[in-house]
Amino acid sequence: MNAIHTHNLTFGYKNRPVLHGVSLSVAGGEMLAILGPNGSGKTTLLKIFSGVLRGQGELKIKGKNIESYSRRELSQFFAVVQQEARVNFPYSAAEIVLMARASYHSPLTLENRHDLEVARTSMDLTDSLAFADRYLHELSGGEKQRVMIARALAQEPEILLLDEPSAFLDLRHQIQMFELLSRLNRERRLTIVAALHDLNLAALFFPRLVMLCNGRIHRDGAPGEVLTEKTIQDVYGIRVRIEHDSATKKPQLFIRPSVS
Amino acid sequence: MKVLDRKKLFLVNSILLALLVLSAAACTLLGPVRLDLSQALTHLFSSNPDAEILLRARLPRVLLGVAIGGGMAACGVVLQALLGNPLACPQMLGVSGGASLGGILGIIFFPNWLLPIASGRLGEISWIPLAAFLGALLSMILVYRFSLFHGRLHPYHLLLSGVILNSFIAAVIMFLNSIVDFYQAQGLLFWLMGSLSTRAYLTVGFIWLYILVGFLWLWSKGVSLNLITLGEDAAMYLGVEPGALQRQVFIASSLMIGAMVSVSGMIGFVGLMVPHVMRLLIGSDHRLLLPASFLAGGIFLCWADTFARILLAPAELPVGIVTAFFGGPFFLFLLYREGRRSLGL
Repeated sequence: MNAIHTHNLTFGYKNRPVLHGVSLSVAGGEMLAILGPNGSGKTTLLKIFSGVLRGQGELKIKGKNIESYSRRELSQFFAVVQQEARVNFPYSAAEIVLMARASYHSPLTLENRHDLEVARTSMDLTDSLAFADRYLHELSGGEKQRVMIARALAQEPEILLLDEPSAFLDLRHQIQMFELLSRLNRERRLTIVAALHDLNLAALFFPRLVMLCNGRIHRDGAPGEVLTEKTIQDVYGIRVRIEHDSATKKPQLFIRPSVS
Repeated sequence: MKVLDRKKLFLVNSILLALLVLSAAACTLLGPVRLDLSQALTHLFSSNPDAEILLRARLPRVLLGVAIGGGMAACGVVLQALLGNPLACPQMLGVSGGASLGGILGIIFFPNWLLPIASGRLGEISWIPLAAFLGALLSMILVYRFSLFHGRLHPYHLLLSGVILNSFIAAVIMFLNSIVDFYQAQGLLFWLMGSLSTRAYLTVGFIWLYILVGFLWLWSKGVSLNLITLGEDAAMYLGVEPGALQRQVFIASSLMIGAMVSVSGMIGFVGLMVPHVMRLLIGSDHRLLLPASFLAGGIFLCWADTFARILLAPAELPVGIVTAFFGGPFFLFLLYREGRRSLGL
């Protein structure tokens, strides 16, 4: 069964169409990156998948129309890591992660031992247990992002959506995060859909890439099929050279500045 | 991992409750007139001046102060959570203005309406709290509608339209005050200034009822309030429907603010300062923050009102002056300290 299936999905604000007839199927256990320039509709597509925005057209999650789920049901198998976490109040990292358990316990009770265990395991997986008791607003961008991924994992999701999760991370933390995502995908069959800007990292870690351009799917396939010199020229309007790394066999971009 | 557990929930609330009971007892005994407690207690139900002061003047006033201080603090907590802004308070959202206007319209046009309790057998009670509640609710709906775009609430617009509505309502109130006759204007002014001075037990009981219902309703939303502070999107991802939560919180806090404004006017700084201090002391988990702020607000207003009664005795200060004198400088200091800390100084 497909984890996510859309047919002819369309979305737009009053005078500004954002998505035109997007048809896409994501199988359970798949790991997929959504690529494309700013304004191509990546974030909008993720927001429609997670039920924050409602588009026109068909959207099925695990074989059922998204409207047939309540928010609470959705949050028990669908987790989202946002571009940037906004926290204006003093919460510790552990408190933030435990919030993931809200849809599992009654609104009138505290988290039980199992909830605490799930939170601890998730923080351990993302290497964030060391600063569990520190306030979130005191953490660095990288530490914060690891807490946010831990929170998403503590929801015990089957599908994980990430909106540019590496935007605020340095190279080492980016690699660590993508390795963690690959591992979760392999070991737990977690379905992962991530909107990304970094084409090289996407090619290295994601077996399937979807290139959006002006709200339409321009290319969909393995890195070798999607990342071609022509596609990049068509979608981003820049000239690049693409070579396949001899070790990973993955395509990598080399950029030629127009002024040099 | 240090997170909220039963022990902390129970311990913090018990300590605060004990402090509240002690404060209420102390404040009942303190006042411009020295009470002979043994006299008052031995002749509790006969006509004895000490017992009269204790039971008719002091006790209902202290009970009212506790309810209103607690209610203000609880409303401050939830409105701050909903707007994702630690500096929000009922005054900023136009709610208190709406409550005042509702009450004033009630006083001008239907001054003699009374709501019978148990078909009049238990007595009658002023309907002004209800009018103030309707005013608070209407202004909240108005502000809410003006900040809703594409089905999403925009906190920035909510704050701004609240401030604008409050100023507008202030003008309407002044206008009404200048067209009514002199005696009515005096009455309105007196009502607007508000005070915790002697009220019948029935009134105090009803204010407690309004405030308790609102408070319990809000407390039951503790987990959702935690989530909504992360923003609407994050709250949705974690299973909360923001629109439904916002509507419930607005109705519950309007109920409380209407009841409070109808007896005491708007007492400033309690709803702003108490939640802030409590967050620093016990953290931001609303399952604990809400009851703890309620109790702390009760303690704070209880003492503030006692100061208001004895500072210039036999004259009496409006309690809002005392809360502002304490709250203003204290709050500026807190902000300054936090500003320095965020810059790493």
